[in-house]
Amino acid sequence: MTEIDRRPDSDVDGLAPEGAMTGGLMLGGEAAIDSTVAAGLEVKVRSQWAYARKRFVRHRLAMASLVVLTFFVLVAIFANQLAPYSYLQFDLTDLLHPPTTAGHHFFGTDDIGRDYFSGCILGIRTSLEIGASVALLSTIVGLLVGAAAGYFGGWIDNLLMRITDLVLTLPALAILLVVAALLGQGPWWRVTLILAGFFWTGLSRIVRGLFLSLREKEYVEAAKASGSGNSRIMFRHILPNTLGPIIVNGTLAVATAILTEAALSFLGFGIKATTPSLGKLVSSGQSAPEAWWLTVFPGVIIVLIVLCINFIGDGLRDALDPTQRRVRA
Amino acid sequence: MPEPILSIRDLAVEFSTDDGVVHAVDGITYDVFPGETLGIVGESGSGKSVSTLSILGLIPIPPGRIVSGEAYFKGRDMLKLSKRELRALRGGEVAMVFQDPMTSLNPVLKVGFQLGEAIKTHHPKEKSDAIKKRVIDLLRLVGVPNPETRYSQFPHEFSGGMRQRAMIAMSIANSPSLLIADEPTTALDVTIQAQVLEVMKRVQAETQAATILITHDLGIVAEMCDRVLVMYAGRIVESGDVTTIFHKPRHPYTIGLMDSLPRLTEDEEWLRPIPGQPPSLINRPSGCAFHPRCFISQGRARCREEIPALRPVEGDAHASACHFAEELSEQPTRFAESVGGAA
Repeated sequence: MTEIDRRPDSDVDGLAPEGAMTGGLMLGGEAAIDSTVAAGLEVKVRSQWAYARKRFVRHRLAMASLVVLTFFVLVAIFANQLAPYSYLQFDLTDLLHPPTTAGHHFFGTDDIGRDYFSGCILGIRTSLEIGASVALLSTIVGLLVGAAAGYFGGWIDNLLMRITDLVLTLPALAILLVVAALLGQGPWWRVTLILAGFFWTGLSRIVRGLFLSLREKEYVEAAKASGSGNSRIMFRHILPNTLGPIIVNGTLAVATAILTEAALSFLGFGIKATTPSLGKLVSSGQSAPEAWWLTVFPGVIIVLIVLCINFIGDGLRDALDPTQRRVRA
Repeated sequence: MPEPILSIRDLAVEFSTDDGVVHAVDGITYDVFPGETLGIVGESGSGKSVSTLSILGLIPIPPGRIVSGEAYFKGRDMLKLSKRELRALRGGEVAMVFQDPMTSLNPVLKVGFQLGEAIKTHHPKEKSDAIKKRVIDLLRLVGVPNPETRYSQFPHEFSGGMRQRAMIAMSIANSPSLLIADEPTTALDVTIQAQVLEVMKRVQAETQAATILITHDLGIVAEMCDRVLVMYAGRIVESGDVTTIFHKPRHPYTIGLMDSLPRLTEDEEWLRPIPGQPPSLINRPSGCAFHPRCFISQGRARCREEIPALRPVEGDAHASACHFAEELSEQPTRFAESVGGAA
């Protein structure tokens, strides 16, 4: 994610001989003491990311959620291998069968005889795909807009923030419905694009605020004084200081995107009929109210996934931003 | 006389504020010669930092504004350079060391990476192995022990003195011919100050860079500088070589500054401050800006009415902006007495 993580930790061995060798060149007492300390006992040094990782691992709920979410992600990745049936395969002799182990219909079948277990597995993939890509896209857009607004200020800031305000005032769901009604159901990436088009605003405001305060820091002035250009300062010097909130926000955006997609699909818009999504599966339960499994299974899965992501987001917030910690010491 | 590396001519910088226009720097002229160390001393707000930051394009515009002046660096007027040209100069030929090493290093980036960035900015094609080697050499030069280990540490693992060493290393990374140090030791405690000054001296000997040392610490000036500019209210009030300024100051403000230093040789109950307050730069006193606080003005009308020009006194190298500089010639300062012939 950042440069920091990739820097090689080379040359850590060879401490003692190096200290002894440079000792002759040292100036003053501090230097001499420093080198003896470094040569004598090695203190384990942790980076900020190492501390963050430690705090996150201690966050039990977040860790448990991470395990559950990893499970769902694996299911999504291996959906084709795991699903016993294809989503297009239907068996008109076996409609609305309740959950059973017979014929691997663990979640039963729907009103046209499709295997609901397979539907859910494929639905998880679609929902996670949409959630992740909406989060990624909206994070990139929000980041660029917020960074430019906060860093340059002036009319650029005004223009970008007024556009952001405008997008924020638009009733997202209503517009999504109109667009969906006009264009009909489409491939998953179209829903993604539309959702991302609304989701970047929150992050852009957060990032703008961060850049606004960080651009006044002395290390930014120092970078300027050493000849760095604007983009270098923005992305090499300021951006790494804002990653915490950006990661947290991006994580939570995945959950919101999954929920919004589910809502859209539930209302009958969104992605095309041949691709199952969790929201669409829930809505298909409407056609047969007595078949409880049609709503319960995909519904529970949505709740589980969204809960997990939110808990992970909380854990990340606590880990990456200790000043805003809400939970325990 | 050698060619000056930096020539500033009649530089004036203003800041527009809600309360009026602040005349931060008001028509200053000076030269910096290759290899020398020029000290700029003065109180907070006397314009000593702005006079150098503005030529590097590092003051915010607006509210700042360069009203007039030229700043020739190696024959090119820095104030007329494009942003791109100026950027190439900054950190390359002209480098800065900032006041506070605690905040001048980016807390989330490793020190070695930041130093490498400074090199990469000016040498984009340099291989990363070569950059790393150069960074480690630089760290060793400024006396950072175990530079290989320090390379991959974060700023919070560095002490204040070590951080300032790292900052100095960063400033000389591209072998500048002019180094501007803006109060490089103010944020450090006294023992570390001495070490950092040692490092600066060594770095200067190594790189042969001319240095502008901005400070309000006369002790540092005496220790480090060849020549001194004394600034007051945005103007240069006295300039000369360091021995002359310390032994024969010819401006009442300089004398006041030196008298205000406590002496270790005597048991003193009270410090002797310069009476009055530093003037407002929005509403500067008429005539000589120092006249309300001056001990030789004695209410003379000329001090109130006529802005004194910086003029040579007792030889070309020494200049004072006091109408009555000659009256000061027989007035030995307490500072000169206490340091004796040491300076």
